[in-house]
Amino acid sequence: MALKLYGAALSPCTSRVMTCLHEKEADFELVPIDLFAGEHKQLPFLAKNPFGQIPVLEDGDLSLFESRAISAYVAEKFKETGNDLIRHQSFKEAAEVKVWMEVESQHYHPAISPIIFQFFAAPLQGKPPDQAIIDENAAKLGKVLDVYEDKLGRTKYLAGDFYSLADLFHLSFTYYFMKTPCADLINERPHVKAWWEDISSRPAFQKVASAMNFGENGN
Amino acid sequence: MAAIKVHGSPLSTATQRVLACLYEKGVDFQFVSINMAAGEHKSDNFLALNPFGQVPAFEDGDLKLFESRAITHYVAHEYADKGTQLLIPGSNKEAAVLTLWQEVEAQQFNSPSSTLAWELFYKPFFGTATDAAKVEENETKLGKVLDVYETRLSQSRYLASDYFTLADLYHLPNIQCLLATSAKKLLESRPHVNAWVKEITARPAWSKVLAMQKQ
Repeated sequence: MALKLYGAALSPCTSRVMTCLHEKEADFELVPIDLFAGEHKQLPFLAKNPFGQIPVLEDGDLSLFESRAISAYVAEKFKETGNDLIRHQSFKEAAEVKVWMEVESQHYHPAISPIIFQFFAAPLQGKPPDQAIIDENAAKLGKVLDVYEDKLGRTKYLAGDFYSLADLFHLSFTYYFMKTPCADLINERPHVKAWWEDISSRPAFQKVASAMNFGENGN
Repeated sequence: MAAIKVHGSPLSTATQRVLACLYEKGVDFQFVSINMAAGEHKSDNFLALNPFGQVPAFEDGDLKLFESRAITHYVAHEYADKGTQLLIPGSNKEAAVLTLWQEVEAQQFNSPSSTLAWELFYKPFFGTATDAAKVEENETKLGKVLDVYETRLSQSRYLASDYFTLADLYHLPNIQCLLATSAKKLLESRPHVNAWVKEITARPAWSKVLAMQKQ
């Protein structure tokens, strides 16, 4: 039975999971959830994720939400095929991957997410982007990226000289970020910029990126 | 000398998360106290252990880690056969339910509860004024998260399973802070959440963590 992913192609959290599925060459069906009709805040979707957020993954009798939990499940389930995203054969490398997955979750995401919200979501509510919020979070993100710049000057990817789930977790939100005036934060740091160009050019992400057109052409 | 070293502060919620895990597993460790008031966590020595300049930092032999959830994940797996079983053994599908509730803590619970702990617990401790608007906003957010927990805990004795796991442990430090503030009403007004809070905060390993604050 194929995996079912409930979500939206232009959503960064859905895209995070789809990138992982493509890296693992796993078959799945995307079941579109109509965000603009509020489908994610009503039954039957709420029964799948009581927090009313996409995506949700169904694998037979297992139903999961939280994109990072879903991605980790997929990476583990398909660890013997496709690209090794979790370094399961080396406990030291696996622990390093976990550290940088947590860095994305605890440092990178809280700074980048409000910036994405201000540029892409606020206009839908009829509000202009709040520059104070953007500036505050750009300053925070800059400090995080200073640490990344140093690390990526010593290793090719975040957890070591190998691409991993830790790098993958950054792709979808950063893709939207690069369309904002704040993209300089990435472009001004040579190692971060090179890393970004490398990971965003991976075929698994390219398949997903083309549908991430939120805010364009009336999407 | 123990191979495991934890560099941190007994007052830091993230440090407490790691200490709780080590006490549950019953593994020996050396605690290296970091003087945060003196800015020791921003010193070059410490930045070499955690480039983000935050406690805790962790060593097990020549393995060096930071981020409390990455450290506890490592400890729970590496010492799986010691002390309390904090993971869900068995199939990948069964283990995925644990990962899910760990992510719920990180993405849904952590932010509003940390903000409330900062405003209502730490700020008064340091003599700074509380921001009432932030408190109201985050009490509302946390309330919605706890509504989901109330339903979940009416179906399952603990968050991920019928026994205590890492997913429950992750919540202990912020819950302990909230219990010492007016925000405890959010926990006490929801019967299943309240019962769960009482159970997990009564665990002997957690009492050992709290005892370290008195040293």
